[in-house]
Amino acid sequence: MTGVTLRNVRKQFGSLQTIHGVSFDVEPGEFVVFVGPSGCGKSTLLRMIAGLEDISGGEIGIGGRVVNEVEPADRGTAMVFQTYALYPHMTVAENLSFGLRMNKNPQADTERRVAEAARILQIEPLLTRKPKALSGGQRQRVAIGRAIVREPQVFLFDEPLSNLDAELRVQMRVEISRLHSELGATMIYVTHDQTEAMTMADRIVVLRAGRIEQIGAPLELYDNPANQFVAGFIGSPRMNFFAAESQGGGRFRLPQQGGAEIALSLTSPPAPGAMAVVGVRPEHFVEAGAGACDLSLTVDVAEHLGATSYLYANTKAGEPVVAQRAAAREASAGDRISVAIPSDRALAFAADGARIY
Amino acid sequence: MRRKTGTAYGFLSPYLLVFAIFWIWPIFYSFWLSFLNTRQPPYTFRPDMTWGRLFQDAAFLNAMKNTFIVLLVQVPLMIALATLMAVLLNSRLLKARGLMRFAFFAPVVVGEVAYAAVFRLMFTAERGVVNKTLESIGLPQVDWFSNPTAAMAVLMMAVTWRWAGYNAILILSGLQSIPDDVYEAATLDRVSPVRQFFHITLPLLKPVILFCIILSIIGTMQLFSEPFLITNRGGPAGATETLGLFLYRQGFTSLNFGYASAIAYTIAAIAVAIAGLNLLFGREKA
Repeated sequence: MTGVTLRNVRKQFGSLQTIHGVSFDVEPGEFVVFVGPSGCGKSTLLRMIAGLEDISGGEIGIGGRVVNEVEPADRGTAMVFQTYALYPHMTVAENLSFGLRMNKNPQADTERRVAEAARILQIEPLLTRKPKALSGGQRQRVAIGRAIVREPQVFLFDEPLSNLDAELRVQMRVEISRLHSELGATMIYVTHDQTEAMTMADRIVVLRAGRIEQIGAPLELYDNPANQFVAGFIGSPRMNFFAAESQGGGRFRLPQQGGAEIALSLTSPPAPGAMAVVGVRPEHFVEAGAGACDLSLTVDVAEHLGATSYLYANTKAGEPVVAQRAAAREASAGDRISVAIPSDRALAFAADGARIY
Repeated sequence: MRRKTGTAYGFLSPYLLVFAIFWIWPIFYSFWLSFLNTRQPPYTFRPDMTWGRLFQDAAFLNAMKNTFIVLLVQVPLMIALATLMAVLLNSRLLKARGLMRFAFFAPVVVGEVAYAAVFRLMFTAERGVVNKTLESIGLPQVDWFSNPTAAMAVLMMAVTWRWAGYNAILILSGLQSIPDDVYEAATLDRVSPVRQFFHITLPLLKPVILFCIILSIIGTMQLFSEPFLITNRGGPAGATETLGLFLYRQGFTSLNFGYASAIAYTIAAIAVAIAGLNLLFGREKA
């Protein structure tokens, strides 16, 4: 099995640099997800690994071999595109076998590989159809099948589920995860959807503006974000952030919350007067009085999902807060509720976004 | 609802009236005329002098032969050239693409008479730029307008110059509708650019190329200005006389409207038949 290494990889479009010296290793057989907001460079990075984009600087290695100058077809990768990129005039079987036929692969082997891919993806009944006669999910299966028949060492997925409806997305997510365990191949998957990243990845690479913000296992990023960006990006609904002012000694005043104070046991607390941000995930609020700092909220929208409820509320100063309260099945818009921030679940960030607690 | 429909037809009626007078009426009237002897009044019912004459008339058969030669030689060459031009115009390597696209399209906008005059001048025997060029590189001069084959060649070159760019722009629009990622997928499948062209581009361009071919067939069946203006009214000795020109001569030189109507219906029938065959064989299998 094959790993992928990136060493100080840069991408420049004219005078505009979009990837700023990215380095990391994908272990053989690992499922790595690149996630980040649109324009963060995740697709560009994937296309550079595939060889569809030039590398402006640094080195990309696949299976221990530097591939900067290697033709895309010779890198041992296969790519699944967001728009499927199926050949519209060919049947499913022809789509799957096209690359092999063009490269004079023995016919018996081509047929075997096509049959195998069709079996894995359960698309045997569709083999004689053309792409336009398939649903979105079926097309995406064929696109994945086309990658499988190449028997690549590394699979590259470029937002493969973005064009599917919500239900199908969940289903295909499971299928791709199943495929990963069945084939055991190295997979790199690009998405802007943090739920996809959380549910599928062995490790997540969070990118912003062409730089890596953090690399780690999904729960590691969730529990231990390196900075405010990762804290806000990973998790849905997103983490609540409160403007805070250091009082020295790890005590913070929340000026927007009527001057409520919270004490956090920091090893190197910021100087008094320094601005900071306190973060709390929606599910970490506790009953008023049970935490380090009470907040009184007015519910704006209440979403009752059955097992839990999301309360979209505002503080007195108008700061929006999302609280997940399993016990709030009766809450409705206009209700006033009180919650507390537990100091052991709160996070704190410096004004530049770096994590300080 | 009914009233609205009435209003719509009210607004359409000026157009419909003109359409009826200058389209519908001539279509029916010329069909009736095609059975009449119109050489002198009063017109008499003599289909043997119109329809009966058609396939015994050496001049008609000659015009048909010439038209088919253009159809079989010029149209395929032009479409192939237009496809090549479209691919080049679509290339990312091309500088000033917008300007180039306009330049290739421009011949269509040039007035027919002006372009015909320029072609005549270019191919003039003694002082024409073409013969001068041939001479300067040591090739024999060609008597473009007296040699039947050469005259046909001039005719085809002129038509190709005028319409290849137009077809190229149509094909270009087809090319632009093929998404880039299909080619990227083929690149990852180790398919060379040449094979991508033959296995992906051409099959996907088939509908638009078919459309261009049908337009060209219709255009060829009506081909008139070039043989009239460039090769001296179908000269030499009828070597470039096309069906369109033959129709004109019968109708407006000899004023034999009955026979001209029969020719017109024959031209239309041939165009419909060929276009129909094209559609039949070119249709995508479901």
